[in-house]
Amino acid sequence: MATVVNARKALAINPLKMSQPLGGAMAFMGVDRCMPLLHGSQGCTAFGMVLLVRHFREAIPFQTTAMNEVTTILGGLDNLEQACLNIHKRTGCRIIGICTTGLTETRGEDLEGDLRLIRRRQPDLAEVELVVVSTPDFAGALEVGWSKAVAAMVGQIVRTTALSRAQQINILAGSHLTPGDIEEIRGMVEAFGLEPIILPDLAGSLDGHVPDHHIGTTYGGTTVEDILAMGASVHTIAIGAQMRTAAEILEAKAGVPFTVLDRLTGLSAVDGFVRLLQDISGRSAPPRLRRQRSQLEDAMLDGHFFFGKTKVALAAEPDLLLALSCFLTELGAEVVAAVASVESPVLAKVPTDVVTIGDMDDFEQAATARGAALLMTHSHGRMVAERLGLPFFRVGFPVFDRLGAAHQRTVGYAGTRDLIFALGNLLIEHAHEAEPGDWALDDEPVTQGGCHASVAAH
Amino acid sequence: MLKAQVEEVFNEPGCSTNRGKTDKQRKAGCSKPLTPGAAAGGCAFDGAKIALQPITDCIHLVHGPIGCEGNSWDSRHAKSSGPQVFRTGATTDMGDLDVIYGGEKKLYRAIKAAIARFDPPAVFVYQTCVPAMIGDDIVKVCKAASEKLGKPVIPVNAPGFAGSKNLGNKLGGEALLDYVIGTEEPQQTTLCDINILGDYNVAGELWQIEPLLARLGIRILGRITGDARYHDVTVAHRARISMMVCSQALINVARKLQERYGIPFFEGSFYGVTDTSNALRTMARMLVERGAPADLIARTDALIASQEAKVEVKLAAYRERLAGRKVLLYTGGHKSWSVISALQDIGMTVIGTSVRKSTTEDKDRARTLMGDDGQLYESLPPREMYRMLKDGEADIMLSGGRTQFVALKAKTPWLDMNQERHHAYAGYAGMVALVDEIDKAISNPVWAQLRAPAPWEPSLGEGD
Repeated sequence: MATVVNARKALAINPLKMSQPLGGAMAFMGVDRCMPLLHGSQGCTAFGMVLLVRHFREAIPFQTTAMNEVTTILGGLDNLEQACLNIHKRTGCRIIGICTTGLTETRGEDLEGDLRLIRRRQPDLAEVELVVVSTPDFAGALEVGWSKAVAAMVGQIVRTTALSRAQQINILAGSHLTPGDIEEIRGMVEAFGLEPIILPDLAGSLDGHVPDHHIGTTYGGTTVEDILAMGASVHTIAIGAQMRTAAEILEAKAGVPFTVLDRLTGLSAVDGFVRLLQDISGRSAPPRLRRQRSQLEDAMLDGHFFFGKTKVALAAEPDLLLALSCFLTELGAEVVAAVASVESPVLAKVPTDVVTIGDMDDFEQAATARGAALLMTHSHGRMVAERLGLPFFRVGFPVFDRLGAAHQRTVGYAGTRDLIFALGNLLIEHAHEAEPGDWALDDEPVTQGGCHASVAAH
Repeated sequence: MLKAQVEEVFNEPGCSTNRGKTDKQRKAGCSKPLTPGAAAGGCAFDGAKIALQPITDCIHLVHGPIGCEGNSWDSRHAKSSGPQVFRTGATTDMGDLDVIYGGEKKLYRAIKAAIARFDPPAVFVYQTCVPAMIGDDIVKVCKAASEKLGKPVIPVNAPGFAGSKNLGNKLGGEALLDYVIGTEEPQQTTLCDINILGDYNVAGELWQIEPLLARLGIRILGRITGDARYHDVTVAHRARISMMVCSQALINVARKLQERYGIPFFEGSFYGVTDTSNALRTMARMLVERGAPADLIARTDALIASQEAKVEVKLAAYRERLAGRKVLLYTGGHKSWSVISALQDIGMTVIGTSVRKSTTEDKDRARTLMGDDGQLYESLPPREMYRMLKDGEADIMLSGGRTQFVALKAKTPWLDMNQERHHAYAGYAGMVALVDEIDKAISNPVWAQLRAPAPWEPSLGEGD
């Protein structure tokens, strides 16, 4: 529906986009006993870590190969090897998720060759999965890095098997899903008697729980054993178009059929998910879900007044942009400005005229030009909101100036209902109250005489 | 060129640590080689940005792929009393084609666009790893842009791989010395003009100090770089003295201001009552030595006496609540000792402090202040830190964001002492604020609730 335009400017102002290696590392954070590792300068990891800590308000396991001037020239094999050994020794991790960066990709490191060498030289690392993803900072964005990391894990770890477990299904979760979303999805799947293996499972690792001892790696998330067993599932549900590649690899490798669901927000989208779960499980939706659907219907009835014809400006990564724009449109709002961080096949499906691939400055200008009444993007939009004086709803990553970002839930019947209430309340708070000048007759010519003239004649 | 500059800042004769080294040790540089897989800290680019971004009316343009600026902008809390331009995230967002064909032309167009759009008095251009590797010459581009566009365009050559954040601070300082300081003249000068070096006005801390200086008639002429306008940096060569605030971060700038312009400097801190008073006294004495009216010293003493008395009254209220409570400090640099005396002033016990980025002098001071009870930590592994806090060896930890969750997950009060902090702790007012924050953290009723057993756990009294 939408035309996609790439802003292609020499100067990006107030970036919307974050880098691929950060997305890759985030995906690895949804795997249990994992240490994400960026192969680059130590700053690459430090910046990402600060952002993740501010968003999740959690300790973030995240390491660096600490490339310096000399190793940048001579090659990073030794740094990579040392990093893997040190991490293994210090944390006893089960898996190390290695993402390259602009630095190592510009140099052109032969990562696969390096890893083969490290494997041969370091028998101690035999029990550790080493997964490598190519994620240069100068291409893609966070969502792309995430999608590549999941594809790499599936491609490398999943075991081919003739076994099939009738109740087991795979959920490939996109980067736009919060731990709260994943918790909701798990609950829905389990309600049909199915056993989901969710990859990555941020709800297991970054949902903000308090363990009773110190752990140097991720604590919780998909286990490596679960990933190994994904080949025995009867079906894969990929949530977000970004998860398609991983689903395809899984099918090619282990013969697991898949369905890609572009989104899980909004009544019709959730209905599609529930139908699929009914088909896979052979069971009808349980009473609790039916009740939730009814609650969502009621929320739509109560809430639609405030959404109708509301002009919304949105900036997000592609899959989140699609989910939110469809949701808003389905409630009668108009998406008047849509900015995405990076190209994606889903952008053409966004219900608006033009989707711009650009930055927060494109967002600000489009929102102003098109008279937006509500802004939705991640926390970096706060200065735009201040300047434009518009209500601002924070979504996506990072949300660093609000509590509970990990538990913001926008999927399923319950998540959609929550979102209607949260957004609706913001719109109610900022609704325009009538003022005497609202109906002034600006466009009528002023005429002399009449009643005024007769008063003057007294 | 970068190599020569890195060697030069490592060779810093003004640095007290360096003075104690042999020639060979000095040449080896002061940054310890980083351990892959066990490193945590920013890169040289990060350090340069921290040091220069507080110049509030300038555009800070990052030449590199999106990771460098996209992942880091709007995360530092340097405050401005006016312009907000410096908070703009600006980057060339290099793509793969820029890496293949080179990014110099794109950089030039970006500088031009930034000037057209924001009309800043100057643009700072930061080099990063990728363009440095492919040979983009930012010095050349900045020179051409300055000439054609008629505005100062300052290259900051500190790509991430060059080294640590601390090195980046110094390289940022070098850019100021090479391209900014001395390029403009102040409208007028006074005998009480000073430079403040290495304070970035984090959370507005400079504003806790400026009223004190204003009361004494002391003017901050050169701001490097907290709450600075570009002009405030250009005229730093006309100050009478410099105060270097953040330990050794900008020692190279302090020393070169002395060498080139004869401006003497001293190192001081505004953390804690004693240090604040000492800094003010030293400042007054040095200004008078350089020709300021002699009564400045007496007026300073009077202000100190009055301020200390007022703070004493305010802190007394907390002494009863906090005396004997144990603190674990995990900061580094000069804060490793300056905060100790501050906490001891109100009767708290410091059980240990980290001395990661501290000089030998910093360590000696910390050692003397804590006596035999306190530990100096070069490093404290998170696991050990967690154990100490879980075992109740400290009532509160003061540290940076990186170790925040070690404390919180151990259900121990924690206070942010790092550059990401939101509260200002400088000067007399800041000391009261710090103590109030400590009290607020320790006395919060959540701790007792959080430490109580869950319904399915045996309660503490059971089995007695």
